[in-house]
Amino acid sequence: MAGSKQRVFVPQDTTARSLGADAVADAILSEAAARNVEIELVRNGSLGLYWLEPFVEVEIDGVRHAFGPVTPGDVPGLFDAQWLEGSAHALGHGRSAEIEWLASQRRLTFARVGIVDPLSLEDYRAHGGLVGLERAAAMDGGEIVEEVTNSGLRGRGGAAFPTGIKWNTVLKAEGAQKYVVCNADEGDSGTFADRMIMESDPFVLIEGMAIAGLAVGATQGYVYIRCEYPQAIRTMRAAIQTAREAGVLGPDVLGSGRAFELDVREAAGAYICGEETSLLESLEGKRGMVRYRPPLPAIKGLFGAPTIVNNVISLASVPIILAKGAEYYKDFGTGRSRGTLTIQLAGNVRRGGLVEVPFGLTLRELLEDYGGGTASGRPIRAVQAGGPLGAYVHPDQFDTPLDYEAFAKIGAMLGHGGIVVFDDTVDMAAMARFAMEFCALESCGKCTPCRIGAVRGVEVIDRIVSGENSDANLVLLRELCDTMVAGSLCALGGMAPFPVLSVLNHYPEDLRARP
Amino acid sequence: MQASSSDAPLSAADERRVRAISNALKDEPGALLPILHAVQKELGYVPSAGVPIVAECLNLSRAEVHGVITFYHFFRTSPPGERTLFICRAEACQSMGAVALESHAKATLGIDFHGTTADGKLSLEPVYCLGNCACSPAIMVDETVYGRVTPQRLDEILG
Repeated sequence: MAGSKQRVFVPQDTTARSLGADAVADAILSEAAARNVEIELVRNGSLGLYWLEPFVEVEIDGVRHAFGPVTPGDVPGLFDAQWLEGSAHALGHGRSAEIEWLASQRRLTFARVGIVDPLSLEDYRAHGGLVGLERAAAMDGGEIVEEVTNSGLRGRGGAAFPTGIKWNTVLKAEGAQKYVVCNADEGDSGTFADRMIMESDPFVLIEGMAIAGLAVGATQGYVYIRCEYPQAIRTMRAAIQTAREAGVLGPDVLGSGRAFELDVREAAGAYICGEETSLLESLEGKRGMVRYRPPLPAIKGLFGAPTIVNNVISLASVPIILAKGAEYYKDFGTGRSRGTLTIQLAGNVRRGGLVEVPFGLTLRELLEDYGGGTASGRPIRAVQAGGPLGAYVHPDQFDTPLDYEAFAKIGAMLGHGGIVVFDDTVDMAAMARFAMEFCALESCGKCTPCRIGAVRGVEVIDRIVSGENSDANLVLLRELCDTMVAGSLCALGGMAPFPVLSVLNHYPEDLRARP
Repeated sequence: MQASSSDAPLSAADERRVRAISNALKDEPGALLPILHAVQKELGYVPSAGVPIVAECLNLSRAEVHGVITFYHFFRTSPPGERTLFICRAEACQSMGAVALESHAKATLGIDFHGTTADGKLSLEPVYCLGNCACSPAIMVDETVYGRVTPQRLDEILG
C-alpha cells in the first residue's frame, strides 16, 4: 500500500443513499480527518446486497472487506476497532467476495456493478470493459448479429423475445437511417436491475448500444429513462459525455470508421411507455399511445425508421457475449432460457437485493436461501413475479424453476425478474383490485377492453367484496378478464387480468363478500 | 389561489423563458417532451399560458401540446409547493406498509394526492415505483429517495 492511500468504498447507488450512505460517507471522511488517517473514499455502485446497505468496504492489501449496515453513529466505533487493519467488528462480514449470498451467484451482466467507480472509463477498461466493442468494431454487421443470435440471449424486458432475431430484422430492413433505442422505462414494481446498471456500470450499457449500432448500421441511439430515476439520468448523461470524449461514441467508434451517437431522453411518468411502440411515440414527442402492429418497430420504428428496441439488461448483456463469445454465455442456463437471470428480490423479504444466477434455481430456493423469508418474520403468503402484470404465485407453486417456460406453464411469468414477497397479512382482494386500478390509471385509452375493462374491473371487485351479488359478479369478473386478455391491443390490458385471475384461482377465500 | 394562478397570463419574464427554451430545443428530434421537461424544471410546472408559445414554436396545435401535457403524470399544470413529496403506491411498497404511510401523510398534511398544503410548503403526489423495492416503503422528496420509511420517519424527514 506504500505510496497510495487506503481505499474505502461507500456506494452512491439510490438505494444505498436512501438508507443514509451519503451521511455515512461524510462521517467516514470527517472521522478519518480528525484522526489524521489518510484514506481515499470511492463512491462505487452497489453490489446489490441491499439488506446490508449502507454497505461499506475497506480495501486491505487489494482485498475488500465488508461492513454493514453502517450508520454514521457506527463510524467512530469502527475506527476505534481498527477496521482499516481488518480487525473484527460486529458489523464486519469478512471479505466481500466470500459472503455466501454473493459468492453463490454468477455475476455476468453485473460483473462490474458495485466493483468499479461508475464514471471512471479507466476502471471500466481495467475490469474487462470495451473488449466486446473492440471485437465488434472489426466484424461486419452480420457477424455481430450471428454472435448474439448464437448466444441464445432473449429480451430481458419481459417478453423474452430472442434478441438476435430482432437485430437481424433491423439489419435486413432497408433504411437510410436506423436507430437503437434502449427501453429504460423500468416501471415494474419490484424491479431495479436497469437502474443499478445505469447508476453503477453505465459504460456497459453504452458499449452494448454501440455494438447494436455497429451490428445493424444504426448511427443514433436513445436511452429512454424514467423520470423517477433522477440519479440514473445524471449518471448516464455524464458517462455518455465521457464516452464521447474518449471516442467510444461519435463519428468513428473506436477507430472503426463507423459512427454511433447516443442521447438520454427523460420519460414523464407513464407506465405504458415501457411498451415499446408507446415508447417510440413518446420519443417522437407525442402522447404514448400504443401502435398497431404490424409493422414491427424493427421495420418501421422511431420516426418510421428500422429500430432496435431493447431493454437495459438485454443490451448490457451484449458486451460479454462479444467479449467471450456466444458459447461462453450459452453454457449458462437451462432449456431455451440461456445465460443468467437477474432476479430482483423485493417487498417483504429479509434479504432483498440483486441475485444474478443461471436459469433453473427454484423459486423456493430463491426465497429461502437468498431471501431468508419475510422481513416481518411472518410466513410468506404470496409472491408477485414479473411486475404489476404478473400473476401472484402461491406457496404450493414455489418449487417451479426460474425459467421462462416453467413459469409460463403455471400461468405466471418471470418478466423483468422482479419478485415481490408478501406475508400472510396481505389482502389478496385488495391486490386484485389494485391490478385493475393501476391498469385504469395507466391505460393509454386506445383500445376499449383496457380503457373501460379496467374501470369495470375495479367496480366488479368492489361489488364482490361488499356482498352485492357476489357469486354472479365472480362469474362476471372472469368473463371480463377473458375479454381483456383476448381483446386488448397490448400487454397492459392483455395482462393486467393475470394477477386478478391468480387471486381468483389461488386465493378464492379472499375474493368474496366480507362480513 | 394555486388553481387560478395556473391559468393566469405569464409574466413577461416567464414568457421569455418559455420562448427561449422552446427555441433552443425545437430542432431536437421529437422535441416536445424535452421542451416540457425543461419548462417544468425552470418554472416548476407547465403553465397553460405557455402552451401557445410551445405550440407555435413546434408548429403544432395547442390541442396537441395540451394532449401531451395531460397524458403524462409527471407534468403538472399548477405551481407546486416549495417541496414535493412522492409516495410510492406500487406493490412492493404495499407489501411493507405503504398504504398506512399514505394515510398518515394525507392525515398529517391535511391534503390528498395532487394537493398542496395551504402554506404552499409541500405538494403530495403518488408515484408508481422508484426502483427502491428491496427497501420498501419508499418515498422521494424532490429528487432525494428515502427507503424503509415508517410514518415516524416520514415526520422526521419532513421536519
